[in-house]
Amino acid sequence: MTSFTRRIALTAVAAAALASLPALAAEKVNLGVSIPAATHSFMGGINYWANQAKKDLEKEHKDLKITIKTAANAPEQANQLQDLSTVTKINALVVFPFESAALTKPVAQVKAKGAYVTVVDRGLTDTSAQDAYVAGDNTAFGRIPAEYIAKQLGGKGNVVALRGIATTLDNERMDAFNAVLKNHPDIKLLDAKYANWNRDDAFKVTQDYLTRFKQIDAIWAADDDMAVGVLKAIEQAKRDDIKIVFGGAGAKGMVKTIMDGKDKRIGADVSYSPKFIYDAIKLTAEARLKGEKLPATTIIPSVLITKENAKDFYHPNSPF
Amino acid sequence: MPQPEAAQHRSESKPRWTERLHGLGPVIGLVLLCIAGTLLNSDFATVDNAMNVLTRTAFIGIIAVGMCFVIISGGIDLSVGSMAALIAGSVIMFINWAGPASGSPLMAVVMGAVLAVVLGALFGLAHGLLITKGRIEPFIVTLGTLGIFRAYLTYFADGGALTLDNDLSDLYAPVYYASLAGIPVPVWVFVIVAIIGGVILNRTAYGRYVQAIGSNEQVARYAAVDVDRVKILTYVLLGVCVGIATLLYVPRLGSASPTTGLLWELEAIAAVIVGGTALKGGAGSITGTVVGAILLSVISNILNLTSIISVYLNAAVQGFVIIIVAFLQRGRR
Repeated sequence: MTSFTRRIALTAVAAAALASLPALAAEKVNLGVSIPAATHSFMGGINYWANQAKKDLEKEHKDLKITIKTAANAPEQANQLQDLSTVTKINALVVFPFESAALTKPVAQVKAKGAYVTVVDRGLTDTSAQDAYVAGDNTAFGRIPAEYIAKQLGGKGNVVALRGIATTLDNERMDAFNAVLKNHPDIKLLDAKYANWNRDDAFKVTQDYLTRFKQIDAIWAADDDMAVGVLKAIEQAKRDDIKIVFGGAGAKGMVKTIMDGKDKRIGADVSYSPKFIYDAIKLTAEARLKGEKLPATTIIPSVLITKENAKDFYHPNSPF
Repeated sequence: MPQPEAAQHRSESKPRWTERLHGLGPVIGLVLLCIAGTLLNSDFATVDNAMNVLTRTAFIGIIAVGMCFVIISGGIDLSVGSMAALIAGSVIMFINWAGPASGSPLMAVVMGAVLAVVLGALFGLAHGLLITKGRIEPFIVTLGTLGIFRAYLTYFADGGALTLDNDLSDLYAPVYYASLAGIPVPVWVFVIVAIIGGVILNRTAYGRYVQAIGSNEQVARYAAVDVDRVKILTYVLLGVCVGIATLLYVPRLGSASPTTGLLWELEAIAAVIVGGTALKGGAGSITGTVVGAILLSVISNILNLTSIISVYLNAAVQGFVIIIVAFLQRGRR
């Protein structure tokens, strides 16, 4: 192809793209939402907020139709994406991928068929398969608790941490936590073990921490579900040296505890609300209805939840 | 047989001795692990730690005792983790409802505990009937219910967690947290279940039928053993064990979520197999199963008490120990 014909071709493509914009705006938005099934509290919250978004947005916009599919594993999600594309004929997709690598190709195929793709939380391994990315802030999820603990302890004390499941997301949080502690040489991170975002495992790991360390000032449970197990283990061992238990994600029970000031050890939490799926669906739907695009990356900030702002994060109807 | 008694004794004494040694595999493994644990961390050998480990073993241990019967009879149950989770959820919902409704919180908790065992028995009965009368492979039946049980719990919990109301939770808590003579209640229950299991397996006609069916079902049928009834009962027994384990589990965290009891089925099966029971059935022991269950929790306890290996490798250490212990007792199957 000569440079001249290439330029003509490019101009034609650009013109076609421009021409299609107003056309798109007039068209109905048929939005597919693909999320993991509600197998634990957090995903329960994702499901709740996705359905909430469907309810609110379909009422608000006549030209919007939302189809929600939940999948129990990556292969099932890939099949559903195919169905959404060929049977439901969606022209926009909001997807919370089960696994990053496994879903990259299936999502790319949906995009290749012309749908606008917003990826939520777990990214894809090839970002060209998406138009936009919406996620919680994992760095802040690790940084904020570390800063809070350091401040509350006056820069001195013993800390233990519970980790989730060995994933890059968990590493990101742990690295951010460690980075803050580097600035506080008198705070000692005694150990960090995996408790798999599971209450039972958190209970056992904490029991063993309590056996092993005679003085612990703060426990970073790194998840509100795990914090439940941590508290029970402390109660059982009748230990009163632990001044802070810091969970994470802003589950409604934990936010309520902070609101009511019921437990001195739980003074704060960090938000990582499953509500970001609601935001992602809303942003995508409204942008597409206007024929607009989303910014390439939208980070829903993780913020410190304390007694003062807790009521903004309390959603009693959500299962999470 | 008309043979000199002494000669017979001598000829049998050697295989018997080696057989004993093979049977000691899990015990040797456990002793070695305990020595390693003490060397790595002096807190390992404290009474408190031992009680922690035994208490947390109680759930899997009690389920494993029931699982031992099922496996010896040549069956398998993959659903016990999901079953425990669904029973826990149902019991919590029931107590939360019955507490205010009946006006007697204590009665509600007691009835909830009974409900756990009854539900377990009913689920076990359903498995047994589907497997014997329905003529479906136990692997398939329980693979099906594995999904069904957990899905219903997730549905009841709306994807979140079912939590016991606070006052009721305090009332129920002693069942897990209280001690009798310095030994926590779950450990007592574990010991009692194991003793009853051992007596049924080794000292009753029923126990012999279970072993006979596992080693050769056709021969057992010809020997006029009511194979279907014996098999159904093994699943009911296992269901009852799951019910007992769950009634101890509920007061621990006072909540059930879709991650409750995840992979318990594999832990229970591993405890039975590490304890020297053959997966193809026929022979096995309750003592071995108990030791196997303790061994599995001691491994994770030691890993939590030390930080010498990368946390990424914890599961690998468990895998290695399971294989080594199985190797120590090879030749029995």
